[in-house]
Amino acid sequence: MSPDPPDPAADPQPSLLTGWGRTAPTAARLLHPAGDDDIAGTVARTGERGTISRGLGRSYGDAAQNAGGDVLDITGVRGIRRLDLDQGIVTAYAGTSLDELMHRLVPMGWFVPVTPGTRFVTVGGAIAADIHGKNHHYEGSFCNHVISLTLQTASGERLVVGPHDHADAFWATAGGMGLTGVVIDATFRLIPIETSYVRADTERAADLEDLMSRMEAHDDQYRYSVAWIDCLAKGKALGRSVLTRSDHATIAELPGPKQRNPLAFHPRVPFKAPPWAPRGLVNPWSIRAFNEVWFRKAPRDQRGAIHSIASFWPLDLVEGWNRLYGSTGFLQYQFVVPFGEEAAMRHAIERLSSAGAASFLAVLKRFGPSNPAPLSFPAPGWTLALDIPAGSPRLAALLDDLDDVVVEAGGRVYLAKDSRLRPELLPRMYPRLDEWREIRAKLDPDRVFQSDLARRLNL
Amino acid sequence: MKDALGAVQSVLVVGGGSDIGLATVRKLVDRRCRTVVLAGRDREGLEAAAKELRARPEAPVVDVVHFDANDVASHQRFVDEVFDAHPDLDLTLIAFGVLGQQPEAERDAGKALQIVTTNYVGAVSVMIPIANRLREQGHGTLVVLSSVAGERARRSNFVYGSSKAGLDAFSQGLADSLVGSGANVLVVRPGFVRSKMTEGLKPAPMSTTPDGVADAITAGIASGATTVWAPGALRWFMAVLRHLPRVVFRRLPI
Ligand SMILES: Cc1cc2nc3c(=O)[nH]c(=O)nc-3n(C[C@H](O)[C@H](O)[C@H](O)COP(=O)(O)OP(=O)(O)OC[C@H]3O[C@@H](n4cnc5c(N)ncnc54)[C@H](O)[C@@H]3O)c2cc1C
Ligand SMILES: NC(=O)c1ccc[n+]([C@@H]2O[C@H](COP(=O)([O-])OP(=O)(O)OC[C@H]3O[C@@H](n4cnc5c(N)ncnc54)[C@H](OP(=O)(O)O)[C@@H]3O)[C@@H](O)[C@H]2O)c1
Repeated sequence: MSPDPPDPAADPQPSLLTGWGRTAPTAARLLHPAGDDDIAGTVARTGERGTISRGLGRSYGDAAQNAGGDVLDITGVRGIRRLDLDQGIVTAYAGTSLDELMHRLVPMGWFVPVTPGTRFVTVGGAIAADIHGKNHHYEGSFCNHVISLTLQTASGERLVVGPHDHADAFWATAGGMGLTGVVIDATFRLIPIETSYVRADTERAADLEDLMSRMEAHDDQYRYSVAWIDCLAKGKALGRSVLTRSDHATIAELPGPKQRNPLAFHPRVPFKAPPWAPRGLVNPWSIRAFNEVWFRKAPRDQRGAIHSIASFWPLDLVEGWNRLYGSTGFLQYQFVVPFGEEAAMRHAIERLSSAGAASFLAVLKRFGPSNPAPLSFPAPGWTLALDIPAGSPRLAALLDDLDDVVVEAGGRVYLAKDSRLRPELLPRMYPRLDEWREIRAKLDPDRVFQSDLARRLNL
Repeated sequence: MKDALGAVQSVLVVGGGSDIGLATVRKLVDRRCRTVVLAGRDREGLEAAAKELRARPEAPVVDVVHFDANDVASHQRFVDEVFDAHPDLDLTLIAFGVLGQQPEAERDAGKALQIVTTNYVGAVSVMIPIANRLREQGHGTLVVLSSVAGERARRSNFVYGSSKAGLDAFSQGLADSLVGSGANVLVVRPGFVRSKMTEGLKPAPMSTTPDGVADAITAGIASGATTVWAPGALRWFMAVLRHLPRVVFRRLPI
């Protein structure tokens, strides 16, 4: 008998992959398991360069890339498996996007426990990065709400893990960047809502001190809180910002006409970025103009405004906006420093603003307590996130300096956003790294799960 | 792995004693590079360079490996051994080359062949197995030291120039063949560089230093360029020279 001819579907041409920032492309075999029973086989057939899960590719750097190896596109493994509308508990396949969940759940009066700045992330990605939202100070990060998850491990075993069952494996998977196994599905708690609207208070803060004291004073009265900082403002205006805090609106709070259909959820994606953009479209001048207009149009002080919940994701209005940064791409720098290290935050913003390391809308937030996951990013303190075009030659040194400031202050950068950290700093930023490595070594002794991020940072 | 801003973590220099190659390695080590492989013929010279690199504050791991461009039969094994020992090589620098003696070479086929064999045949022979390994690992940059001498044959050094013209053309085609593989090729065209190779020669106009070429290389890696000149202005200068009538070009004192 002659051997089977090679199956082209099983051995596709390599695909070039990047993260959302479109930097450092590498090639991998992109495999598309069609259902959850397909995954075990795909993992078992992995070659020497290993395999990694990929959701919607919204991490900015190289977390969902695996040069020369396999990348498992999990987005085909999607849908709701079980829904308990009384308890507000859902079991969803890992490839389900938060957008899809919201379309299903919001009209039934339930909301996802944590949403990032975009709806287009998967449940698997939300767990692997232990994502946080504007409500972190109030109810923690995504994995705080997870009751259990199914993990496909390297040995072929399927573990059901949770905070009480195989807690080590569960917390190592939370924030574990896909390196402990493939999350197949997850069961988590939802937030009950009466309406698909939020009731928001918006105020302008004149500078960083003003902003921080407003947040310290009243953040705990709101479920959601976030400030947008103009990172180009200097001197006395350093840190000038718009603070928006909100909560889910009740039916009684809606204006009459909206009360008739309080749970309507039709967020649109009305714009599409062109497939290519000239280099330098996003430049210090266009960014300055944008920030100026945006700051001036924000209300000075507005209370109780009713907005559609879709106002949480202004960036989702433009499909493929990451292409606007042109062929050299961009990165996001996000770090957290503990409370008491406000001077470090100030110093970082000063450095960024005087270097003109321009960004549309930097975001500042106060984090609440962290959870038990050794690699989870959020920790009590202040976090700043900003997008920066990758082209500038001085950027590498600037960010290296900022890393030092962050480490000295006892802070860390966010791995889901990282694309350039010095590996030496990782153990100082994540002091429980070795603890995580031990658990990973048990779950995946042969390093079947590998990624460009893991290689670059020696995770 | 190469990061978002073009910093690499490992480098192989084929022709590891090259002044341009070592100047580049120093800049890479200043940033993220912690693994260096120097490959060449002159063991002692390479060990001395390795010692200097290891003494830097970043304390990179430096390996010295034997490589002779003219011993083409050994190239496949050389490449396999280096890539097996270092499974992810972010950057490979093809830095070996000989200038030769033009007056002799244009009359003595044996002398001409030495130049062509090292600069062209040797390079083709080692770049093919390297490109294969880069395809397998799904990433990596191959930097090739070509020369402006290859852009148009010059009366005063056309044997060397022709070897670089061949190398340049080969590298461009290889770059195209690697599109989509995750690997890429950067062709570097320096002008006159004041290095070991040009010791005792009178610097040509617009001459530069190994450090200057190293800056052009690191900037080219970061921007994802396919060709860089050093100094950069040579790009435009050569664009003009290329189109001069032959009789005029031949008489230029270059
Ligand atoms: C505009 C924008 C705004 C954002 N705002 C926020 C924010 O406010 N807060 C925040 O925390 N993050 C934010 N992010 C980051 C984003 O939430 C995370 O990077 C998230 O992980 C992306 O999910 P994904 O499905 O796209 O995963 P990918 O980017 O594809 O993968 C991310 C990681 O998850 C792993 N992974 C994916 N699926 C699985 C699986 N099934 N099993 C195991 N591992 C898996 C991958 O291996 C990889 O390590 C933002 C990103 C963008 C683009
Ligand atoms: N200098 C210039 O003006 C100039 C201009 C344009 C392009 N370039 C090119 O840039 C590259 C680097 O040159 P450089 O200026 O750095 O000169 P260099 O310091 O002389 O380096 C050349 C290196 O090539 C090595 N080499 C020569 N033949 C070899 C062989 N058969 N096998 C292995 N290694 C061999 C030499 O090592 P040994 O000690 O073993 O001989 C030497 O270390 C060369 O390709 C050169 O052609 C130079």
